[in-house]
Amino acid sequence: MSGILVVQEAGRNRISLEALAAGRSLAKLTGLPLETAAIGDPNANIFIQTAGEPPAMAYAIQHPALAHYTADGYVLAFEQLIRKLKPSYVVFPHTYQSRDYVPRLATRLGQVLISDVVSINEGPTFTRQLMQGRLNGIYRHTGDGPCLVSVQAGAFRVDLTQPGQTTILPFEPEIEPAQIRTTPGAPFRGSSQTVDLGTAPLIVSVGRGIKEAENLPIVQDLATALGAELAASRPICDNGWLPMERQVGSSGQTVAPKLYLAVGISGAIQHLVGMKGSQCIVAINKDPDAPIFEVADYGIVGDLFEVVPALTEAIKAAKQ
Amino acid sequence: MKIIVAIKQVPERDAQFRIDAASKWIDETDLQFSLNESDAYALEEALQLKEKLNGEVIVLSAGPERIGTTIREALAKGADRAINIACEDLGTRDALGVAKLLAAAIQQEAPDLVLTGLQSEDLGFGQTGVILAELLGLPHATLILHVEKTETGLTVKRELEEGWFQEVTLPTPAVLTIQSGGNKLRYATLMGIKRAKLKEVRQLTAAEVDSALGTATAPVVILDRVSLPQKQKSTQILPGTPKEAAAALVEKLKFEVRVI
Repeated sequence: MSGILVVQEAGRNRISLEALAAGRSLAKLTGLPLETAAIGDPNANIFIQTAGEPPAMAYAIQHPALAHYTADGYVLAFEQLIRKLKPSYVVFPHTYQSRDYVPRLATRLGQVLISDVVSINEGPTFTRQLMQGRLNGIYRHTGDGPCLVSVQAGAFRVDLTQPGQTTILPFEPEIEPAQIRTTPGAPFRGSSQTVDLGTAPLIVSVGRGIKEAENLPIVQDLATALGAELAASRPICDNGWLPMERQVGSSGQTVAPKLYLAVGISGAIQHLVGMKGSQCIVAINKDPDAPIFEVADYGIVGDLFEVVPALTEAIKAAKQ
Repeated sequence: MKIIVAIKQVPERDAQFRIDAASKWIDETDLQFSLNESDAYALEEALQLKEKLNGEVIVLSAGPERIGTTIREALAKGADRAINIACEDLGTRDALGVAKLLAAAIQQEAPDLVLTGLQSEDLGFGQTGVILAELLGLPHATLILHVEKTETGLTVKRELEEGWFQEVTLPTPAVLTIQSGGNKLRYATLMGIKRAKLKEVRQLTAAEVDSALGTATAPVVILDRVSLPQKQKSTQILPGTPKEAAAALVEKLKFEVRVI
């Protein structure tokens, strides 16, 4: 085919459509045709929902061994599809699932996945973030064979749906049950979620900059003065300083409050994806180059141990 | 249980990065380096498994001379011995090229379990463990918070997105990538630091490994150049003393964001 194959993930419709949009921009740059594939029932929603001009072909990969996700099963299935179609580019959504199997798939094909891409440029080259978002790296594929990329959530704008016809073709890979070595259990929730940050209108969120658990009360005081829920970035919850249910980010809750006030949070992408939809973002951080300032509306560059108590006092005074 | 933990030394996260003259990489002259955080959790998991099951924990790292300090730190925390692959050109190898170096060293040891952090803080590819599994022909699981030995292999707790988890069972030998937060990290004790000096560090060079593999693998993915990210929003920085900045922010919150 020598085209662009976009792999969609069932149940992850939004980021799958973003991957399709990324595939579309690659198609424009290269003049190659666009096709799509997913594991699952050809009647499932994921094949019907296409963005932009619909791809001519969609491959529905079906096999009893693929009923539940396993890396071994998915690698076998996509390896066979890619060897059959011989695409020049394969685009994946950058999800926990693709992070689990695509590097293995790439290795089997003698390739390296360009993971977590945020933009596609002339060439084509692929921009991805380095140093926790403080630096961009521009990558190029030089190998023979397919170039595999995965795209970051929210990095590509979903195209408007256009009329058109997509032919759905079934694809049945050959998989022996013994080739699947892992047995996945049913997903379960961690702790009972008693805090629903998703509905909180105001959130004060604290990160690594707080240094020690003993310092948390100054941020709690700010949240109380503002009437906000207290949230945190992952390292704070990893350390056990706040319960996991208060974590915002890709592994925690996704929030979009009226105000998100980030205290001592540098803004690694895993955090940003959980809060960048907030209406107003305020960041307090001592590092003027912290990536959080790239998404903030207002910023205070300074020592949080001085700024936060001053802010708490000012809010209390304003509310009197 | 014989466990190999693949660790990486990365720049300190608070470091100020300057792009080098060729725009190819960062200027490393004044940088401080430390153990990649999720690799620290991988090491912790390995040490706790050893405490429960006995066996041996071997740390493995590839990189320039400076990685010696990070390897000593891992030994001081309780790893039994180490393998150091001297490699000055780590940055010009792609993820597959680096994994091939590590895999060659792992194959000689035939461990029951290979652990590594889920992602490095510098390049953030998040692939080394998974690529290793494929190169070694072993099953793998990623984003693991807890490891339990069973009669036939392992049961692990895997993190899914948005607060969901699942258990996965798999046979050993296996490769796991470890997510942060599953355990509390230990510090090296004074005794540990003393003992570390006597522990074995096997020195390999990337050139030796390359020639044993037949060829140095040409990269299939190249980092062309690096640049500073462009701001997505124009942030209004509120200047002044902490008190002045706080007062300015309260004005904004009151009259523009309207939340006070």
